[in-house]
Amino acid sequence: MITQQLIFGLAGVALFSLGLRMAFSPRALLRRILAINIAGAGLFLLLVSVAYRGREMAPDPVPHALVLTGIVVAFSATSLALALGRRLGGHREDD
Amino acid sequence: METLAWILLDTMLVTALLALGWGSLASKDLRRGVVLFIGFGLLLALVWVRLRAPDIALAEAAIGAGLTGALMLSALRDEPGTSSEAAGDASVRSTPVSASLLLTLLSAGLAIVLGAAFICALDRTDPASLAEEVFANLGVSGVSNPVTGVLLNFRAYDTLLELAVLTAAVLGILSLGPARSGYQASGPMLSGLTGWLVPVILVVSGYLLWVGAKAPGGAFQAGALLAAAGVLLRLAGHPSGGLPRELALRGLMVVGVAVFLIIGLTLMLVGRGFLDYPVAWAGSLILAIESAATLGIAATLIVAFLCGDPGQRPENHETADSGVPLAKCENNRRNTPR
Amino acid sequence: MPGKTMNEFLSAALIVSGLAFFIAGGVGLLRLPDVYSRLHALTKADNLGLGLLVFGLLLSTDDAFVAVKLVLIWVLVLASSAASTYLIAQRARRRERGVWKP
Repeated sequence: MITQQLIFGLAGVALFSLGLRMAFSPRALLRRILAINIAGAGLFLLLVSVAYRGREMAPDPVPHALVLTGIVVAFSATSLALALGRRLGGHREDD
Repeated sequence: METLAWILLDTMLVTALLALGWGSLASKDLRRGVVLFIGFGLLLALVWVRLRAPDIALAEAAIGAGLTGALMLSALRDEPGTSSEAAGDASVRSTPVSASLLLTLLSAGLAIVLGAAFICALDRTDPASLAEEVFANLGVSGVSNPVTGVLLNFRAYDTLLELAVLTAAVLGILSLGPARSGYQASGPMLSGLTGWLVPVILVVSGYLLWVGAKAPGGAFQAGALLAAAGVLLRLAGHPSGGLPRELALRGLMVVGVAVFLIIGLTLMLVGRGFLDYPVAWAGSLILAIESAATLGIAATLIVAFLCGDPGQRPENHETADSGVPLAKCENNRRNTPR
Repeated sequence: MPGKTMNEFLSAALIVSGLAFFIAGGVGLLRLPDVYSRLHALTKADNLGLGLLVFGLLLSTDDAFVAVKLVLIWVLVLASSAASTYLIAQRARRRERGVWKP
């Protein structure tokens, strides 16, 4: 295993668990959306770390394509969640 | 010695990333949290470059940091109750200490399990990876950028479904009501900047679309850049961010999925499989699909930023609680000496 | 150092001095008391810092296309940072005075 994989992969695991923990706190909707986004970023870090194969070999492109898809889908989910929150009255505590 | 320098750089990047993530989630002021999240996204783009993933770096900087941050900031503008934590902290429904402790323990446990699984997966001598197959078949895929080849040829079905998911999400947003209240017509500075920047953005996004076949780039990055131009237009006072209304808007939104489906079904009619490109035509078909996808992605991302239908007029209660920013600006404009 | 040419030395020196301006801008952003002085510190990072960085990178590349792209990056950052600095300062001005009066 390559050191970069270890460093960035474990950082991804840390970010994912941090985001997941904060996503369950009953505060404003935007805060929970932020937490889910950061958890998603941690998962993407995990995927791309698995795809990294060092400085000589080209990286594995299949996880790259998955993460690219994931970024766009995460944005669409965030925007739908914000639109729903706006319709439901986002400044109230909805729990 | 050189490896040590790289390891030092990576450790600093990871520390800054974790600090920004923590700061974004733990800050009292929500606006500060969103701005820290934008910084987090930009730093993440640097990390993608370190992991030799420039396509993802472009998409992260444009969509993950830029468009998501702009989306959240515009959500904050319209719902000022979310920016103060007074409502949240004074609520009697704050979690008891035992529940939050349990949650923290559970997520820590999950982190340990995930980390251990990750390390074990890295140590395997025969990783289950499709990379060799991709590079072996890249010559007949019609492009020479492996990520574009995977996205639009080898796993084109996934990309079609992803475009459909994006369109479905924005259909949901469109059906939820009118767009957010607009911005006042901008002063000379912002109009001047927009007048110069939007054409440059158009050219650069066309370049990214074209070069996606051989270098980092492609439909998603180009579409995100076009959406950034739309956001800029909207901030400068254009009511719908450069988008047409009614039927043309809906047509633009579905053109990506539509062209993808038409090409796939035509290939089926000709006798090949669904989305099974003939080798001689693969490059041109991919370019056609990518061009339509760029327009579709740009239109859907702009509508997502608008958070609603730009053609619908807001109902009364909408203007009541979201018309305040416009009214304040009107006052300022009237009192400016002429 | 053996094997390093004058060009690489000059490029490294320019990049390091550009980084010094970035550090100055960052410290200014964190420590200065007022919105206006913080904006003023940030312009140092954008203009001189990025300019020196780009100039240093220009020296280390052979491709003319890459050089054009680097300069384009610097010009775009200059334009957008100038506009956004002005807008932030204008809003801060309006907020502290309420309604603008000459």
